[in-house]
Amino acid sequence: MIAKLSLRAAALGYLALLLLLPVSMVIWRTLSSGLGTAWAAGSRPEAVHAFWLTLGIAVAAVAANTVFGVLCAIVLVRHDFRGKALLGSVIDLPLAVSPVVVGLALIVVYGRSGWLGGWLAEQGVRIIFSPLGMILATIFVSLPFVVREVVPVLREIGTEQEQAAGTLGASAMQTFRLVTLPAIRAGVAYGVVLTTARAIGEFGAVAIVSGKLVGRTETLTLYVEDRFQSFDLVGAYAASALLAMMAVGTLLVLNLARPDESTV
Amino acid sequence: MRAGIVGYLSLVLLIPLAAVLWRSAGAGFGEFLQAIVNPEALAALRLTFGVSLLVTAINAVAGTLIAWVLVRDSFPGRRIVDSVIDLPFALPTIVAGLTLLALYGPRGPLGINVAYTMVGVVLALLFVTLPFVVRSVQPVLIELDRDMEEAAASLGADGFTIFRKIVLPNLTPAILSGAALGFARSIGEFGSVVLISGNIPFETQVVSVYIFGHIESDNVSGAAAVSVVLLILSMAVLLGINGLERWRRGHDR
Repeated sequence: MIAKLSLRAAALGYLALLLLLPVSMVIWRTLSSGLGTAWAAGSRPEAVHAFWLTLGIAVAAVAANTVFGVLCAIVLVRHDFRGKALLGSVIDLPLAVSPVVVGLALIVVYGRSGWLGGWLAEQGVRIIFSPLGMILATIFVSLPFVVREVVPVLREIGTEQEQAAGTLGASAMQTFRLVTLPAIRAGVAYGVVLTTARAIGEFGAVAIVSGKLVGRTETLTLYVEDRFQSFDLVGAYAASALLAMMAVGTLLVLNLARPDESTV
Repeated sequence: MRAGIVGYLSLVLLIPLAAVLWRSAGAGFGEFLQAIVNPEALAALRLTFGVSLLVTAINAVAGTLIAWVLVRDSFPGRRIVDSVIDLPFALPTIVAGLTLLALYGPRGPLGINVAYTMVGVVLALLFVTLPFVVRSVQPVLIELDRDMEEAAASLGADGFTIFRKIVLPNLTPAILSGAALGFARSIGEFGSVVLISGNIPFETQVVSVYIFGHIESDNVSGAAAVSVVLLILSMAVLLGINGLERWRRGHDR
C-alpha cells in the first residue's frame, strides 16, 4: 500500500512540476495582470494579424495534408507495389527531422540563391519571407498525422463492403464517397485535429522561412517570441495563454473522439 | 494516384532534404568536414547528444512509472491526468519554453533560476518528450496478462521482483521505441530550448540553435553541413525504431 502510494505520488509530482505548474503559472500571470490589460495586449493590430495569419496557414496546410493523407493511406493499405515499406518510412520523416533543418531545406530550394528561388523570382513568385513558404514549412512538419491515423482504420474495416458496392455497380468514386469515407471519418477527424495543433504551434521552421516581418509574416508563435525578446512579458503571456487554451481545446476534442481504452 | 503521392512527397519533403545534402556537399568534402569539426559546432553536437541521452534515460524511467500509475492504480481524477499527458504534443513549443521560464526563470515565484543553464535545457526537453514513453508503454501494460504476475506472487515473489522479472521484460520493447522517439525529438528540438538555453556557445548552445544562428547570419553552407549530421542521426534512429517495431510484431506472433 505504501509502495503504491509513493509510486502514485512520484508520478503525479513529476507531472505537476514539469507540466501543470508551469502552464498554470502562465495563465495565472496573464490573469493577474488584469483581464483588461491582457485583452489590450492581445488586441494590438500585430497580434490580431498574427492570429489570422496563423489560422490561414493552418487551414491551407491542413487542407493539403488531409487530401494527401487520405489518398496516401489508401495507397499504403489497399495497393501493393515495390517500395511500399520505403514510402511508409518517408511519411514518418517529419517526426524525426529538426524544424530548423526543415526551414534550412526550404531556404536552399526557394531562397535567393536556391535551386528554384532565382527562377521563381523572375516569374514574380516569392516563397521565402512570404506566407507561401510558411505554408510549405507547415505542410512539411504536419504531414504524417492524417496518414498515421487513417492507415489503421482502413486496415480494420477491410474491403468486404467496398467489394459489395463494386459488385452492385458503384463506380470507384461512388464507393469511396459512400462506403470508404464514412467508415474512416473518425480517423480522419482525429488526424485533422492533430495536424491543426501541430500547424498552429510550429515555430522553428516558420521562424526561418518567414523572416519574422512584424505585422506581415508573423504568426502567433513568432509573436510570442518577439514580445518576449522585446521585454513585453504581458504581451508574450497573453498570446501564450491564447495558444495554451487552443492546446487544451485540442486535448478535449481528442479525448471526446478517443474511446476510453485505458479503463479496459 | 501513386504518382500524385510520390510527386507531393518529392515536392514537399524529398527535394528540400536532398537540397540540404547537395548544398553541404557543394563546396567539397574538405569544406564540409571543416564546418563540422569547427570547435563550436562540435561542442554543440556533443552537448546535444549528451543532453538527449540523459533526457532519454530519465524518460524511460519516469515514462514507465507514469504509465504504470495510470494503468494499475486508480484514484480520483485519473482520466484527467491521462489526458494531460498529451499536453506537450498540443502546446506550441515556444509556449512550453516560456511557461518553464515563468516558473523556473529569473523572476519565478520559487526562487529557482535555471535560465541559461543546462538544467533549463534538460527541463525543456523533458517537457516536450514526456508523452513518448508513456503513450508507447501504456497500451502494452493494458494488454499484459496478469496471470503470470499472480502466479509469481503466489510463489512468494515480492512486488519489486515481479516487476523486474516479469513485467519489465514484457515492456522493454515499448520502452525502447518510446525512448528512441523521444531521443530523435530531443536532438532536433528548437522552439522550447531557444529561450531557456540563452545560446551560450560551448555551454548551453544546442545544435538546432547553432544551425539557426548560422542561417540567420547567412552561412547557409555551414548550417547545411551540421544539418546533414543531424539528419543522418535522426534517420538512423528512425530506422532503428522501424526495426524494433518489426521485432515487436514478430514477438507477438
